[in-house]
Amino acid sequence: MSENGRVSGEVLLKIDNISLSFGAVKAITNVSFDILKGEVRAIIGPNGAGKTSMLNVINGFYHPQEGTITFKNNVRSQMKPHNAAAQGISRTFQNVALFRGMTTLDNIMTGRNLKIKSNFLASLLYYGWTQREENRHRDFVEHIIGFLEIEAIRKVPVGRLPYGLQKRVELGRALAAEPELLLLDEPMAGMNLEEKQDMCRFVLDVNDEFGTTIALIEHDMGVVMDISDRVVVLDHGEKIADGTPDEVRANQNVIDAYLGVSQD
Amino acid sequence: MIYRETGQFKTSYSADQAIWPIFQDRWFIGAIVVVFFVVVPFVASEYWYQSILIPTLVYCLAALGLNILLGYCGQLSLGTGGFMAVGAYACYKLTTSFPEMNLLVVFLLSGGITAAVGLIFGVPSLRIKGFYLAVATLAAQFFLVWLFNKVPWFVNYSPSGSIAMPPRELFGVLVTGPMASPLARYMFALIVVVVLAMIAKNLVRGPLGRSWMAIRDQDIAAEIIGIRPLTTKLSAFCVSSFYVGVAGAMMFALWLGSAETEAFDINVSFLVLFMVIIGGLGSILGSFLGAIFIANVPILLKTIMVDGMGMLAVTAKHVEIIVFGGLIIFFLIVEPLGLARLWQIAKEKLRLWPFPH
Amino acid sequence: MEYFQIVLIDPILDMIGFPIFFAEVVIGGLMTGIMYSLVALGFVLIFKASGVFNFAQGVLALFAALTLVGLMTGTIPVTQAQVPMLALPVWIAIIGTIVVMIGLAYLIEFVVLRPLVNQDPIIMFMSTIGLAFVLEGVGDIIWGSEVKALDVGIPSGMFEWQGIQFQQFDIVAAVIAALLVAVLALFFQYTRVGRALRAVADDHQAALSVGIPLKTIWVIVWSVAGIVALVAGVMWGSKSGVQFSLSLIALKALPVLILGGFTSVPGAIVGGLIIGVGEKVAEVYWGPLVNGAIENWFAYIVALIFLLFRPQGLFGEKIIERV
Repeated sequence: MSENGRVSGEVLLKIDNISLSFGAVKAITNVSFDILKGEVRAIIGPNGAGKTSMLNVINGFYHPQEGTITFKNNVRSQMKPHNAAAQGISRTFQNVALFRGMTTLDNIMTGRNLKIKSNFLASLLYYGWTQREENRHRDFVEHIIGFLEIEAIRKVPVGRLPYGLQKRVELGRALAAEPELLLLDEPMAGMNLEEKQDMCRFVLDVNDEFGTTIALIEHDMGVVMDISDRVVVLDHGEKIADGTPDEVRANQNVIDAYLGVSQD
Repeated sequence: MIYRETGQFKTSYSADQAIWPIFQDRWFIGAIVVVFFVVVPFVASEYWYQSILIPTLVYCLAALGLNILLGYCGQLSLGTGGFMAVGAYACYKLTTSFPEMNLLVVFLLSGGITAAVGLIFGVPSLRIKGFYLAVATLAAQFFLVWLFNKVPWFVNYSPSGSIAMPPRELFGVLVTGPMASPLARYMFALIVVVVLAMIAKNLVRGPLGRSWMAIRDQDIAAEIIGIRPLTTKLSAFCVSSFYVGVAGAMMFALWLGSAETEAFDINVSFLVLFMVIIGGLGSILGSFLGAIFIANVPILLKTIMVDGMGMLAVTAKHVEIIVFGGLIIFFLIVEPLGLARLWQIAKEKLRLWPFPH
Repeated sequence: MEYFQIVLIDPILDMIGFPIFFAEVVIGGLMTGIMYSLVALGFVLIFKASGVFNFAQGVLALFAALTLVGLMTGTIPVTQAQVPMLALPVWIAIIGTIVVMIGLAYLIEFVVLRPLVNQDPIIMFMSTIGLAFVLEGVGDIIWGSEVKALDVGIPSGMFEWQGIQFQQFDIVAAVIAALLVAVLALFFQYTRVGRALRAVADDHQAALSVGIPLKTIWVIVWSVAGIVALVAGVMWGSKSGVQFSLSLIALKALPVLILGGFTSVPGAIVGGLIIGVGEKVAEVYWGPLVNGAIENWFAYIVALIFLLFRPQGLFGEKIIERV
């Protein structure tokens, strides 16, 4: 169970009556919830419930037909993904979307791109101004590499890494942008017990040390109950529950739709 | 044994990020530099300059340009020939309209004009995914060639329809025109290519290069991270067009001396594309290897088949086409990263030599 | 002002003032358009079924036509000696060519497609460029690269209707194209193989996992595309002789597909017709203003402009991205 000391009560992201459809397919219907600054918010539900689509909406990749999103007290108009990123929203992906042609280090440095000031003419020469900027940001990225314990694989092309490490590198890439809101799409998927424990530890550390607000989609109920402050449950594109992990676990709708009852 | 890295520790990020961190590599590069800058001028004949060295340098630069666009940023262009034409005709118009202009400035401006033309064709087509840029550049290829053919202003109203590079000097040495020595042309080309290659390497290892590669590998995720797809692709296209334009200007001014639009037709576009694929997508070294290889295969085939075995020149041409096509398929299947990757693998084996693993 | 008149007003007046001539220009354009459509059809087939843009389609048409001519004149491969005794009658030669094209499909599947299964579309596209070059070179060596005449017995006289001159050849071409389209459309919609083809185009691995035999499907598709190429090659070859420029038609097919949509059979037809007519009209009425040869680039610029407003083409499918 995580403590509520870090959660200030201030609302970071507010989703109001969002509806999203693709032609005749309704992905999300009239969903509202909020995410408080500093908390770990889980989004759970059966497959196809619209969880990833919700994240895509927050990223600005999908544009909802109805509803508003308020981020940091500003109502957001339809924005492009790179604007959402510039505002401080970072993301990992369900199917690891690392840049396969690059090394671990380069992947995480690319995550830092928004923070790197670059001057085209200076970068032609590289030595001098550009190199100093590179080294400065390399320093920060090395902190992340140390934090995630991936020093040994810095120069390995990510395509060659095992799945669990790839997910960790992706987390690093998302952290490099120093986000205020970190969206994690099934960060533990496909991991064994040890890897999950490591990942949980990292997620909690990020939340604790950097104060990053985290929204995570996850299917492992043990993880969700352990590390999240509050949970939102989606099913068939609609919200069916919203509250603390204990409240949600006891909710009959959630049990019917998703959790099931243990057969002992 | 020769190629051991033991003992070479890096103590600063700068050292770690150097282009050739292993000092054996630096010796090797140094040796190559010495060969091309010092040894060649003493041993090369005019034939070698005119048919092998200078053309290869021109293609190295064009391949470098296309590789930046295709290999690093993942966008396909089929208009390399047309853009080289822009560079060549821009060079011609600039130097005939402003005879006093420094030749370096002429080349730079030719590249810049080509980049601007690239912008015009790039803006509509880079907004859409898929290989639509291929279509736009194909349009550019045919349209530009037609333009230079039909509009007499480009050839200064010459009745023959071809352009000829007037004699120009650089730092007191005659480098263009019929009286310029092959050595002078070669050295000028060599210096331009080396400088531009280093600049390309610098761009590619910095944040701009990373954003190019990010768009190439995962354009959606890259956008969600904050990389703007249109600006990034456009920057790759403009830089690439600059390089291709300078290559075109070089082809006209330093290699051919005079040119007609046939020199820049769609076959050139395919030739450079083959150089990039076979040399290695996403590799500066690869551009060079591919250009050296492809530019000289026709000469090799002609020497073996026509001079050596007495076959018809046209048969040699047919075999050449088959060899190119076959190599493309072979490399795409076996080693999509091309000759550059094979070179890397060779180096890795060399590190272990004489041990097997 | 005068310039404006010359460019915009005069050509229109010409069209209205001499309607018979305009009709003939349009008809001529339509006929060229049908030829483009025939080639574009082959592209659509392969794209629909494997997601690959087959740059070699034009060369396939050339190769098919070359083989047909070779069989009909009894030419011995490589030596190019003509042996009248071995010359085959038209229908047997056509069947022989079809057999060759099917064999070629097997070869292509084995050498090029199988090793590259599930690669990036751009890699597949570039491999078809390589294939185009190989086929062209091989075709040249086997059958020789001079221009050849092709006569399969298509009537070549003129024919008049309402004062407008038609070529009988063009009418036959139109009928054949229509038949081909009808057959293909039925094939894709209503047969099991057609459905399997559409599945494969969507997702190779998924199709494999439900038991669709990828290799067989691809051989079928490339064989059908080869036959379509044969029809196109015969049409073009009969009209203007069998020569290398046939392979350049591949490039022209790109604008046709952009207009019509890469996955639409009717789109290939409509696109081809629009491009054909557009080119001819532009060349005849605006060409003289700029010294001619607008045909070289007109189609591509039209495609480029079309891309701005409707990238999926008139009949293509809009793609929804998923992340």
